[in-house]
Amino acid sequence: MTATFDLASSSVRDLNQALHDADRGSFHIANPRGAHAVAAGITSEIAVQIDGSVGYYCAGMHQRGAVHIYGNAGTGLAENIMSGSVHITGNATMSAGATGHGGLLVIEGNAGARCGISMKGVDIVVGGHVGHMTAFMAQAGDLVVLGDAAEDLGDSIYEARLFVRGDVASLGADCVEKEMRPEHTERLTQLLEASGLDASPADFARYGSARELYNFHPDDIDAEVAAAKGATS
Amino acid sequence: MCGIVGLFLKTERYRNDLGRLTAMMLHEMRERGPDSAGFAVYDDATPDRTRVTVLAEGRSPEWGPTAATLESVLEAEVEVSAVLDHAVFQTTGDGRLARQWIIDNVDDVAVLSHGTQIELYKSVGDPDLVSSRYDLSSRTGTHAIAHTRMATESAITTNGSHPFSTGANTCLVHNGSLSNHFQLRKQLRRHGESFQTDNDSEVAAGYLSWRLREGDSIDTALGSALVDLDGFFTFAIGVEDGFAILRDPISCKPAVVAETDDWVAMSSEYRAIARLPDVEHAEVFEPEPARIYSWSRAS
Repeated sequence: MTATFDLASSSVRDLNQALHDADRGSFHIANPRGAHAVAAGITSEIAVQIDGSVGYYCAGMHQRGAVHIYGNAGTGLAENIMSGSVHITGNATMSAGATGHGGLLVIEGNAGARCGISMKGVDIVVGGHVGHMTAFMAQAGDLVVLGDAAEDLGDSIYEARLFVRGDVASLGADCVEKEMRPEHTERLTQLLEASGLDASPADFARYGSARELYNFHPDDIDAEVAAAKGATS
Repeated sequence: MCGIVGLFLKTERYRNDLGRLTAMMLHEMRERGPDSAGFAVYDDATPDRTRVTVLAEGRSPEWGPTAATLESVLEAEVEVSAVLDHAVFQTTGDGRLARQWIIDNVDDVAVLSHGTQIELYKSVGDPDLVSSRYDLSSRTGTHAIAHTRMATESAITTNGSHPFSTGANTCLVHNGSLSNHFQLRKQLRRHGESFQTDNDSEVAAGYLSWRLREGDSIDTALGSALVDLDGFFTFAIGVEDGFAILRDPISCKPAVVAETDDWVAMSSEYRAIARLPDVEHAEVFEPEPARIYSWSRAS
């Protein structure tokens, strides 16, 4: 049994309340017309299909359910996702999957700037390109990009793994290319399969943390002190 | 925060709907900027006459004597029509001279725009009220840009409202803030630009007017802007025959573009675009940082 919500006539608040009250079943959402916070805060294993483009924070704070969007999304798609899955057929703008702790986010099109910023365990698969500062301060989880990555990929990254098939415009501070070991190929194969996107794991390069920013280096403070002394003398 | 919208018609199909569609887009951006709003509409109805849009905030002065004096200054015929506290002077004379003369000689008014194609209206208050007060919905033409302002850095005034226009048929709406506008304003004054506010966005408009007056194409002018403007910006820009979009290299300020065979629409958020005709067949994309996008009716 599928319940239908037409956002041309019902409010996002009523829709989200119904989704929060449900503990099973499937929902179909029509005419989102760029509305914000559509299907945010789901906590149960429901299936939600959204026909059309959504605004900010669609499927934010998502847990356990499966959300499938046929369209594009604005800022913060699946922000702080904890578990479950969010899949979009089109593009997502800034900060998709930001701070996500778990679950799977699949973006068939392009993702804008800061995709996966501060990701803490979410897995993200992007069919197209990703914008600048993607995976900034990423802490855990895997990010797969079938297209290219713009400037400063993985800046100040902790321990997330980044797999990119296309070109990387530049790597951010402390992000380096790393060897693809068998366990990485295996994990990448799983993620591609789960996403439904077609690509060969052999075509990807892996990037991750050089771990140079983990510790404070006494040499750096010596250099600072020397520079300060030089400036005042 | 602020909300910006732009609608550029590539064909004649929606020419009579330009104002209605722009008002619909502006309505969706109310929450991003409930303090004030403004719009500029371009049409080619009077290619031989410059229109100078003037604001006497909250007043409806007798414009006849001003028009009469302006006729002798320009040595050309001047007609004037009032729309509440705005007035549109039409003349076959020199529009740039008319603008400067009004700024220098008429007390307590601001010149909002001049050019053969552009009219520009702005006011404090709810964006829908601004739309209806100045009859945006019934306006026709080739392209329009509009803005809703949430004042964060300066007072809620009409002068601080967008769009800003200093050069002929050139205007701009801005989401963001510039950090080098004091210095730029000084430099631009030396190049003959005149400003009526302390607003950073007016400096951006003045910068483009200067470059276009020097003979730059819009693409070349925007390329220079990327070098010379320091700060955050998403701009929607109207020029005589065209429409352009520019975002700074960091692109914190949102933007989405949709394009069909008949129109190009740009807004801060997709919901402003979502009800445009044939939108389901539009190509929808986020303009890339530091990349110049422009469309021209001439090409």
